[in-house]
Amino acid sequence: MNEFFTLMKSELLVTAIIFLLLFIKIGKGMKNESLLSLVQVLLLLNFIAGFFFNKTGNLFGDMFYTTPLIAFQKNILSLAVYLISLLCSDWLKKTGHLPEFFMLMLSALLGMFLMISSSNLLIFYLSLELATIPVAAMANFDLEKKRSSEGAMKMILSSAFSSGILLFGISLLYGTTGTISFPEITAQLDGSSVQILAFIFLVTAFAFKLSIVPFHLWTADVYEGSPMAVTSFLSVVSKGSVAFIFITVLYKMFQPMQDMWYTLLVILAIATMLIGNLFALRQQNIKRFLAFSSIAQVGFILVGISSNDYMGIAAVVYFVLIYVFSNLAAFGVAAVIAEHTGKENIDDYKGLYKTNPFLSWILALALFSLAGVPPTAGFFGKLFLLTAGGAKAAYWFILVAALNMIISLYYYLRVVRAMFMDKNDNPMEPIKVSPVVKLALVICGAGIIMIGLLSWIFEYIKSLH
Amino acid sequence: MNLLLLIGAPLLTAVAVLFSRNKQQVRWISLLGSIVQIILAFALLFAFRQERAENNSAQMLFEQNYKLFDSLNINFHFGVDGISVAMILLTSLVVVAGVLVSWNVEKMTKEFYFLLLLLGLGAYGFFISLDLFILFFFLEISVIPKYLLIGIWGSGKKEYSANKLALMLMGGSALILVGMLGLYFIAGHSFDILALSKTDIPVNIQNLLFPLLFVGFGVFTALFPLHTWVPDGHSSAPTAGSMFLAGISMKLGGYGCLRVATYLLPEGAKEYANIIIILSAIAILYGAFATMMQKDLKYINAYSSVSHVGFSLLGIGMLTQTAITGALMQMVSHGLMTALFFAVIGMVYDRTHTRMTGEMGGLMKVMPFISTVFFIVGLCSLGLPGFSGFVAEMTVFMGSWENADAFHRIATIAAAMSIVVTAVYILRATGQTMMGAIKNESHLQLKDAAWNEKLAAIILVAGILAIGIAPGWLNDLLRPAAEEIMNRIAGK
Repeated sequence: MNEFFTLMKSELLVTAIIFLLLFIKIGKGMKNESLLSLVQVLLLLNFIAGFFFNKTGNLFGDMFYTTPLIAFQKNILSLAVYLISLLCSDWLKKTGHLPEFFMLMLSALLGMFLMISSSNLLIFYLSLELATIPVAAMANFDLEKKRSSEGAMKMILSSAFSSGILLFGISLLYGTTGTISFPEITAQLDGSSVQILAFIFLVTAFAFKLSIVPFHLWTADVYEGSPMAVTSFLSVVSKGSVAFIFITVLYKMFQPMQDMWYTLLVILAIATMLIGNLFALRQQNIKRFLAFSSIAQVGFILVGISSNDYMGIAAVVYFVLIYVFSNLAAFGVAAVIAEHTGKENIDDYKGLYKTNPFLSWILALALFSLAGVPPTAGFFGKLFLLTAGGAKAAYWFILVAALNMIISLYYYLRVVRAMFMDKNDNPMEPIKVSPVVKLALVICGAGIIMIGLLSWIFEYIKSLH
Repeated sequence: MNLLLLIGAPLLTAVAVLFSRNKQQVRWISLLGSIVQIILAFALLFAFRQERAENNSAQMLFEQNYKLFDSLNINFHFGVDGISVAMILLTSLVVVAGVLVSWNVEKMTKEFYFLLLLLGLGAYGFFISLDLFILFFFLEISVIPKYLLIGIWGSGKKEYSANKLALMLMGGSALILVGMLGLYFIAGHSFDILALSKTDIPVNIQNLLFPLLFVGFGVFTALFPLHTWVPDGHSSAPTAGSMFLAGISMKLGGYGCLRVATYLLPEGAKEYANIIIILSAIAILYGAFATMMQKDLKYINAYSSVSHVGFSLLGIGMLTQTAITGALMQMVSHGLMTALFFAVIGMVYDRTHTRMTGEMGGLMKVMPFISTVFFIVGLCSLGLPGFSGFVAEMTVFMGSWENADAFHRIATIAAAMSIVVTAVYILRATGQTMMGAIKNESHLQLKDAAWNEKLAAIILVAGILAIGIAPGWLNDLLRPAAEEIMNRIAGK
């Protein structure tokens, strides 16, 4: 019993917060401001609690397992959710259904926690659905906007489609191996053609969730339509969690087929980086721009995953941690600007530095970090991903990835140029950033600068093995 | 001497600039900080000579090693040899001159000085790093400040130039990155330059990695045909930006070509030496002839930089000890000279508001100090004895002549021919702008250099003369280090 509480503490804490919100909703209710502060405090506590009592162990007959590394991965997601609740507080205060919004978001987070911890196809599938369906509902939260509903619709349809493919893959796997537990499947894999088909279906489902090319088409529309809080949740938390379980599935379950998935990953990584980058070049809307940039970033994550050793895992976890700060900073600034002025186009950012130096610097830092330019943390993150990917001496693969960094620099610089260099006769008014949002942006900015230079963070992740 | 001071001083200055309250404070803090850097650089020079005089023959002096990413074997490993000391000296002189000539920048002064100091910081860190990862980190640090300096404070088609520069330099970095990772895996997971220099790297791997590293660093130092960012970048940048770009940043590339590519991969260097020689000879001649066609002073200096930097690469390609020493001397000499040239052009432009040689004339009469400095730098550029340019180019030619076969002889002669062309464009530009009658009546009202400009010019002229009149001290610094590199190439 004691083990149950320590091993599942993250899940239990999140569940407790969900129930608390439920009681508040059916009880007297609270004002939005006070409820938001309460949730922010609870999320912070949840994040801090994640550092304690991290053990390795199994529960429910090997369906659920956790290690300090998995606990750390969950903590990154908790941190991201906490930062989102701070960054988007202006929008959240105004929304009419705050308890519901957080209930949905935390349910999705709960699903992701269970998904990362799953060691069985059944619980994996269930938690994946739990992590997806609430997000689709959240995407529809700008009730009066047509685009929001459109995005939600696209998301739910593509999710349903990918779930179908996933289930088909699972059924084929079960048919050939007679089991749904990860370790037992590994023992039964013999590389027969049915199993290869099952493997391809499984990877396809992951590719949908991670928006790997050619399964990325839903991404930009959903990102554009959803409220900024949901977009940032999708691009950071959702992507991160699926990347983590993707690693587990490849490294543990499909280890016997490693030659096959290495080739597959190389092809997918190159296609994803290239297409993501090339499409990002021409975007005008900042959300679509960040959507394609996040597709390209996933391509780099795949480069790291291809290494098939612990360096790959550490590099991906480290990169996702940095990505949380960089991407949330970028989305945070975009959210503040969209909330106060309603402007979402890159052209509207012209001359931003004159009127809003703080926001410009944070956005510039975030973009440099995404581009992988030192001294920001993104440099270290990208470099370690490439180091992990280079372990197989595939220099040309690293060269392609490195050349993609140049393309990405070009479009990130486009935004920087708009803010700092381009002239604008009527630039945006000076925006008064509320203290909470400012705090969150400063945290993100500090994270972007410090995480790379504080090398013990990476050493800590490496030591979790 | 503690080398961390060299990183600490600019970093502290940059942070102090961020927290200063008005423009005057920013300027004085930057000046103070850069003077501290000069003092540190000279202290390093004397401490270094002291150690060598006491027969401390270790390859690298003042070594420091701190663990950074222990599990990946990435360390803050610092140390200097003669080459690094000379480059640090050059950097500190250019930084202080750059700070001085930017005294009148009114637009976003704080940001301007912050980025300038950051550029200097990157250069110091680069020259003292003995770990490839850290070296690369410092190399890359300087890309964004360059981009912003040109894009925000530049002139002409500045956005285009800034983009071109950032992307081309990033392209170079991408090649370096791949080469660096290749070395890392070959050498059993080590980025350490000293450890790598003791590793036997298979010849076929060397032949694979050498072009990546050499071309990667070559982009930074205007290796033909990847020099195209130089004219645009230099001419669009603000004065101090051009000084830093040509005076310091291009030297990062040359240093990398020698210390990383040639030193670590000697077999690769031998394999590709002839190609390097051909490319650099083309750069020297092409740069010189292209300069003849220019009418804009900044373009004149930018193209002549391509030509002059070609001598450094030619020296490296010749693979003899004298030629490599000459190449290094040329880097220092060209750094001082081109920084001074850009500074003077900036001073002229601030007053006349034109950079076209045709629109000026007779400036000697109204601005004697600036014109004299212009003369000095011109004479240095065309290689007149007594100035640093002569010493450096002569050493390169002597070193090149040591290779007795026809190919090397022809390349040397071709390169030497460029001096004639250089003389033509330098004398023509000087004559058109400084001599003769005053073409524009409004130029009569112009004032000569202010105290800050005089100080900047004097510092750089002193550097040029110190090398030109008494080159011995620089030779003492560079030759043993070049010998170390030659030993590795000769397989000793």
